[in-house]
Amino acid sequence: MAAPLTSIDNLSLMTLTPDDVDHVAALARLGLDAAERRRLGAELEAILQHISVLQRVDTSDVAETAQVGDLVNVMRDDEVGPCLGAAAALRNAPRSDGDYFVVNAIQESEADG
Amino acid sequence: MLRERPDTASPLCGIPLALKDVLCVENVETTAGSNILTRFVPPYTGTAVRRLFDAGMVCVGKTNCDEFAMGSSNENSSFGAVGNPWDVERVPGGSSGGSAATVAAGSVPCSLGSDTGGSIRQPASLTGVVGFKPTYGRVSRYGLIAFASSLDQIGPFARTVDDAALVYAAMAGHDPLDSTSDPRPLGDPTSEIGGGVEGLRLGVPDEYFGEGIEPAVRVAVEDALRVLESQGTVLQRVSLPTTDAGLSVYYIIAPAECSSNLARFDGVRFGLRVERPSVTDMYLATREEGFGPEVKRRVMLGTYALSSGYYDAYYRKAQKVRTVIDSEFTRAFEQVDALVCPTSPTVAFPMGDRSDPISMYLSDVLTLPVNLAGLPGISVPCGFSDGLPIGLQVIAPRFEDSRVFRIARAYEQATDWHTAAPPLGAVA
Repeated sequence: MAAPLTSIDNLSLMTLTPDDVDHVAALARLGLDAAERRRLGAELEAILQHISVLQRVDTSDVAETAQVGDLVNVMRDDEVGPCLGAAAALRNAPRSDGDYFVVNAIQESEADG
Repeated sequence: MLRERPDTASPLCGIPLALKDVLCVENVETTAGSNILTRFVPPYTGTAVRRLFDAGMVCVGKTNCDEFAMGSSNENSSFGAVGNPWDVERVPGGSSGGSAATVAAGSVPCSLGSDTGGSIRQPASLTGVVGFKPTYGRVSRYGLIAFASSLDQIGPFARTVDDAALVYAAMAGHDPLDSTSDPRPLGDPTSEIGGGVEGLRLGVPDEYFGEGIEPAVRVAVEDALRVLESQGTVLQRVSLPTTDAGLSVYYIIAPAECSSNLARFDGVRFGLRVERPSVTDMYLATREEGFGPEVKRRVMLGTYALSSGYYDAYYRKAQKVRTVIDSEFTRAFEQVDALVCPTSPTVAFPMGDRSDPISMYLSDVLTLPVNLAGLPGISVPCGFSDGLPIGLQVIAPRFEDSRVFRIARAYEQATDWHTAAPPLGAVA
């Protein structure tokens, strides 16, 4: 990946290398074929350049908005209520065994790497 | 699917309803328009839908939509595009294109959609029906397949403002199953609907009539403003100077939230799985095969904006500009009671016309600021251009949903655009 961006000029001249695209796809756990990698690289670059207009807005002393609601730390009493049973929860599972979801052994994936 | 003991006193009892296919209904396949959820059968019904079932509404079908509600034309569905009943070669808008088209075609009197950046109002505008996005937090998102959780709201489509308000009133209100659901009392959102608009101050935002607005759209909306003025409202120019940055804010925040929300589609608990010897390769292959091009584009964009080294420059910056946009709406509402403007810059465009992502994203430039600020907004029919519908958008401060209905209804009652029906006889 390129070095972190700091200036307006850097952002508007943003380019995405094939390595950048591969890195982001790996973070997103998204398989892409060669044609998709090329197309997405070009499209994301165009979108990011469009988005660079944000840098023109003065946001010194402006706080971030994560959500517009004014609710904070919504809590409830810790009471047990009705919930889905295992059978209903597992009904859409691609593979299951008894009360469990089944995946291939995790260790193998780490070894494969 | 009539409930066993519906509320027979409800005016909605027995009324047919269509549901956008991002709304979970127990034991009814719900796909979100995505290959990754083909054959997914929810084990429960979402709160908004359940409340309408309790009122006696009858679900007659699920409607097609852009995959995971990502799109402005309904061309992104894994199950094919939706035609606009006014011209089947053109798009109905999106992402709730199926829900809009089915009401426009007269198949059902009302339907539900979801609106993250305009996905109810824009297709309502393009198909000539009423589409309402509630204040963020008014309708529970429990059972709505999440796209961008700080922006998503469920809302109704109908042929009239009265019908949209009735459906909204029946499904809105606090739900402990959604922690962003607002607990303040709902009251009766329909009680002032016939109150008229005399003396209301309506703001006309300069930035919503600028470059990129089709002349016919501008003319129709300006005519609509004169109708509202003749009904006793006071029109006043206002400025929302950061409007042009709204699109950029949206296309960071919405993909960022989507990349996080869609992490759950990993082939383990539900949906498609493409088996591979290693779990990591199974994730990669499942998501490669399961997601379509627009979803991949947004997952990539969002992951990039949240990644180490870019978070401050993109995501944090977008959150700050979101604050600026919200503040500008707040200041405007110190001068006026509501805002009136076009819903969509254009009428329905031909299928395949906007293959470039940025030109497609510009479809929502007049609707997405409303989501960023969590405001209620509606689109009502206000004219035609070459036989294609045009929509008027009414926007009010948060929790003033009933004011939106009141203004939209006053306009609707003074005009007959909402009575026009598409020439479906021409469809083979």
